[in-house]
Amino acid sequence: MSGCAYMKRHRAWLACLALAMPCIGTAQDALPMTHHDESSPAMQNMDMNDNASYGMLLVDQLEFAHGYGGNGPMWEAEAWYGNDSDKLWLRSEGEGSREQIEQGDLEALWSHALSAFWNTELGVRHDLGVGPQRNWAAFGVEGLAPYWLELEATGYLSNEGRVAARMRAEYTLRFTQRLMLQPEFEINLYSKSDPAQRIGSVVSDTQLGLRLRYEITRQFAPYVGVVWSRRFGTTAAFARMDREPVFDRQFVAGIRFWF
Amino acid sequence: MNRYDPPPAVDVARRRFVQGLALGGAATTLGLLRPARAAATGPAMLTGTDFALNVGQMPVNITGTPSVATTVNGTLPGPILRWKEGSQIRLHVTNRLRVPTSIHWHGIILPFDMDGVPGISFDGIAPGETFVYQFNVRQSGTYWYHAHSGYQEQTGLLGALIIDPAGSERFTADRDHVVVLNDWSDDDPASIYARLKKNSGYYNTAQPTVADLIRDAQHMGLREAFAKRRMWNMMRMNPSDLSDVTAYTYTFLMNGQTPAGNWTGLFRPGEKVRLRIINGSGMTLFDVRIPGLKMTVVSADGQDVEPVPVDEFRIAPAETYDVIVEPQEDRAYTLFAQTIDRSGYARGTLAPHPGMEAEVPAMDPRVWLSMQDMMGDMSSHDGHEHGNMQGMDHMQGMQDMPGMAMDDHPPAKLKTGPGVDMRVPTPRTNLDDPGVGLRDNGRRVLTYADLHTIGGPIDKREPERDITLRLTGNMERYTWSFDGVKFSDAKPVRFHHGERLRIVLVNDTMMHHPIHLHGMWSEVENADGDFQVRKHTVTVQPAQQISYAVTADNPGRWAYHCHMLFHMEAGMFREVAVA
Repeated sequence: MSGCAYMKRHRAWLACLALAMPCIGTAQDALPMTHHDESSPAMQNMDMNDNASYGMLLVDQLEFAHGYGGNGPMWEAEAWYGNDSDKLWLRSEGEGSREQIEQGDLEALWSHALSAFWNTELGVRHDLGVGPQRNWAAFGVEGLAPYWLELEATGYLSNEGRVAARMRAEYTLRFTQRLMLQPEFEINLYSKSDPAQRIGSVVSDTQLGLRLRYEITRQFAPYVGVVWSRRFGTTAAFARMDREPVFDRQFVAGIRFWF
Repeated sequence: MNRYDPPPAVDVARRRFVQGLALGGAATTLGLLRPARAAATGPAMLTGTDFALNVGQMPVNITGTPSVATTVNGTLPGPILRWKEGSQIRLHVTNRLRVPTSIHWHGIILPFDMDGVPGISFDGIAPGETFVYQFNVRQSGTYWYHAHSGYQEQTGLLGALIIDPAGSERFTADRDHVVVLNDWSDDDPASIYARLKKNSGYYNTAQPTVADLIRDAQHMGLREAFAKRRMWNMMRMNPSDLSDVTAYTYTFLMNGQTPAGNWTGLFRPGEKVRLRIINGSGMTLFDVRIPGLKMTVVSADGQDVEPVPVDEFRIAPAETYDVIVEPQEDRAYTLFAQTIDRSGYARGTLAPHPGMEAEVPAMDPRVWLSMQDMMGDMSSHDGHEHGNMQGMDHMQGMQDMPGMAMDDHPPAKLKTGPGVDMRVPTPRTNLDDPGVGLRDNGRRVLTYADLHTIGGPIDKREPERDITLRLTGNMERYTWSFDGVKFSDAKPVRFHHGERLRIVLVNDTMMHHPIHLHGMWSEVENADGDFQVRKHTVTVQPAQQISYAVTADNPGRWAYHCHMLFHMEAGMFREVAVA
């Protein structure tokens, strides 16, 4: 695809991103890095780092899955850059088969620290994979609930007036300092069916994964796991029509890494 | 509670804890340094009134991996500077680095422009330049110096400062040994800090596990084991979070020597030996003892105190203690400094002859933070049953928790927020708690309640006003602050020149914070407001409140901060303006 065609196809998505970007810039510029006492002379070389920006890439799941519906790669990753209060987040998940992306999405979000354990998120989502590539405005919260439950709840509004929601919960159960089990649950909801995307209204699908990983280092861990996924209602009906499984159990093996 | 706590550290710490090179790090590299005698005697001592100090970089090999240190005159730690009370000192500090540097004279009362904090006292020392520090010495005792630029202190720019009194020593000794403790990492401190920002539990190799839960369940029953964890889980706090940075990356040094390098201080049986112990660590609290010897504490932060015989004391970063020991037997004794999280230790030997060593004790069990470290004063609660939900309403950390009703409403200013993950509305004020891991260990452990500075306060006036500052942070986000406001967002704290005021510190976190006021003394009071001890660095335990009086007799701009260097870096720092 040429650059120009790409621009046209993704115009709405880029426009949303462009809207979100100034917020990030402003938030960072508004916080002075250095000394600010008007009454005393400004001095040089104060070495404090309390508003510095950092970046992180976490590939939480990069795996190969084997299930009733076939084999293929799956991924879930996030990256951020920013200071303590404002960050630019990129988030992506999806799955592929036969050398193409079957379904997935990419999100760009401005994340703002709301309370001790919670952040608000505002941005855009772009769907990947077969069928029309929908664009959505995204808004949500993300954070740490009691009992160390990592939660993400995001609402989406598409340019065609569709509303969707996704919730994800994740936990880390440590058997030892290196061996840990990561249960993860995800549910997707839609206000209206989207036959072109093979998605039905209300509860579309849920997914429960159990991944057992061994941290060779803090930043690199191979894992094996099982993922159960289930389609509901109209989504299930679409699946039956397409001869795709309504219920799938996949065995997965992959790596988790960050830097 | 302690007896149910998990046994000592699990896999990672044990495997990774580095004993270091037996030949002793800095001293052996490329023959740049003092030869092997360094292992026995520690860094060189410079005396007089005029000093030339060169700050530079130097290749070192402390753990078996080549690394680079920032040093003064090419040694780690830097030379011991020995001054005389009443003299005028001139220090020509030349920067041979490619970045600005600085040296701060920790605990020395001097004009603010000689204090060595870039951005507050001066512009720092540019590469290639020489800055001349010049001031009169008006005190005596054990102090230290260190960089106040970037991460240079953590990579080696530190050393001991000994000031002999104008008259005679109050506590005489036949011998004097300086013992500088510090935490060394081959890793760049900037990388360590970045990792903490991304994953604050990165260096914690004793996270609660299912194995711990099963062990507890066998001891106390499943119900109790869950109850013990309930409050921590509800608050999203980690009871094993004793040190942010651990032996996972640190090797702990005594006078620049690794545990295997075994720094040795000599004595003749029957002699009185004065040990001047300085914690020059970036992030590590040490628990120090000498199995077989009683230590008599005679000085704290350079100020003489009424002698206290103890078996053990905890020393936070930037604190100093002088102890006198009197070994009678012709044998070696181990000087043992285990870290608060029991992930590692610094070790040396006191011996009649070089090359001797004594048994190195096993580290104490790792103990979880307890309820008083979370809740502060528990006397206002009914009963002391650990782990139940009593007193839950006193925890501000709970407030954004679904389904948790808060029935008594604490003041609005005690809210949590992005930079504040918990509050302690009823802090404990007693000074006689030795702290987590040292409670009821069967040894006589020093507490602040034991420390009485000889001669009383420097200023008998009653403080005219109180300034309360809460020590705050968010462990998940790894942000630290005073009153929930980071340095870069805060205005200076103003002292009126000449006033006597009281600073009240309330620790709203579950970590220790050694708080250092530059340029003026901190005169710690007990809970009744009576004078206790004069210090330059006051360690506030988790959920504790400590108050101290300050006489604002030194005009200018001063740094005021936590001496856990990554806490300081993250924003637990204020400028104090005296005018």
